[in-house]
Amino acid sequence: MVGRDGSILPLELSRVGFSAGGRPLIRDISLRLEAGSRTLVLGPNGAGKSLLLRLCHGLLTPTGGSIRWGDGAMAAEGLRRRQAMVFQRPVLLRRSALANIRYVLGLMGMPRHRRQAAAMAALARFDLADLALRPARVLSGGEQQRLALARAWVMEPEILFLDEPTSALDPAATQAVETAIQDFHGSGAKIVMTTHDLGQARRLADEVVFLAGGALEERTPASIFFKGPASARARAFLAGELVC
Amino acid sequence: MHDLAAALSTAASLVSSLDPRVLAVVSLSVQVSGGAVVLAALIGLPLGAALALFTFPGRGAVVVVLNACMGLPPVVVGLAIYLLLSRAGPLGELGLLFTPTAMMMAQTVLVLPIIAALSRQVVADLWEEYGEQLRSLGAPRGSVVLTLLWDGRFSLLTAVLAGFGRASAEVGAVMIVGGNINGVTRTMTTAIALETSKGDLPLALALGLILIGLVTVVNAAVFMVGQAAKRGMG
Repeated sequence: MVGRDGSILPLELSRVGFSAGGRPLIRDISLRLEAGSRTLVLGPNGAGKSLLLRLCHGLLTPTGGSIRWGDGAMAAEGLRRRQAMVFQRPVLLRRSALANIRYVLGLMGMPRHRRQAAAMAALARFDLADLALRPARVLSGGEQQRLALARAWVMEPEILFLDEPTSALDPAATQAVETAIQDFHGSGAKIVMTTHDLGQARRLADEVVFLAGGALEERTPASIFFKGPASARARAFLAGELVC
Repeated sequence: MHDLAAALSTAASLVSSLDPRVLAVVSLSVQVSGGAVVLAALIGLPLGAALALFTFPGRGAVVVVLNACMGLPPVVVGLAIYLLLSRAGPLGELGLLFTPTAMMMAQTVLVLPIIAALSRQVVADLWEEYGEQLRSLGAPRGSVVLTLLWDGRFSLLTAVLAGFGRASAEVGAVMIVGGNINGVTRTMTTAIALETSKGDLPLALALGLILIGLVTVVNAAVFMVGQAAKRGMG
């Protein structure tokens, strides 16, 4: 994250809406995401958590409102190169783990002769050095997700989106992913993550953005949210009641 | 029944004696159809992938026409190439009519829509799976074409094989533009047609059996390579 001029943060959503097939799925969300902190997006199924991440990351275009990065003057291409996203199920290319990282380094414009060493370093960082030459698609679920994190790592993102990155993983693999997320945070990256695991949210969150029915119910520092959320729906959600 | 038995023994003796005329016919067939498939793959794979990934007005119509072209009648394609290459035609100067090159051109035209249409489908399905991830990584569309062709290589092999099947089996186009000249443009299929009309059914059948055997061997080899690679890559 060194040597880059200006930050793409904060990310500012003003009255963002998204509808598909005439059905509003995200309603009127205004939110300002600052650099540094770990923001956990919580809410019941269908609340629009994944959609919100995709809108922020630019994979979807809002049908209402606007999204603004930093001073609003950066080109779309430059913005994309400074963000990364880790999906619930990572899509890895049908080549070795190492080649998957080299591929991204190529996209980032790193000269060919430097890619091998940089890719190996990233794999080692995520404890994947022994698997470097294994085809990425035959790795276990946890290894695949760590590879996805290593791939995001080499992009040196200023902001990392994670969409339920551990929902398909066992506790040990989940632990490794959480450690990696803390590494990203430690390196200065902004974390924006959805999860269904409230224990995980407690462990990772600096602040909580709680969605229900496509709308922003509340945004609260984690320490306060888990003791007593402001909104009735969030209270019900934490109490394990059915919320929609 | 008698013909079949005679054909089997003729085929066996043709293969075991390595008859030079038969070898020449087989080798020309392989060169023409193989060359056509390589050319069509070089054009058709990127073309199909680009059709899957780039949107433009009229794309639907292009896809329909391309799919329809998978069923192009070989004689019609042969006739079109004939008109193109005949002395009075626009490419008549090249003097390509009744040469193996002309036959390869005709078969390329026949095979191209098959490879392009099938690879469009393969790449479109891959894009469903990879699209979000590759867009998230910031991959430009141009490089996505190559990425998806490489990741779809096992499925695309089948598309290329389908093209090879079409080329090696067709007779109408190579007959018209090649002229079935003994020792110059005679392929297995045109030889089969000729021997049938001459009434030498055992020889025609024997050549047919050799052709089927050849196509089977090619398919088996590709299948095994593909399976082995797939097991390794997951």
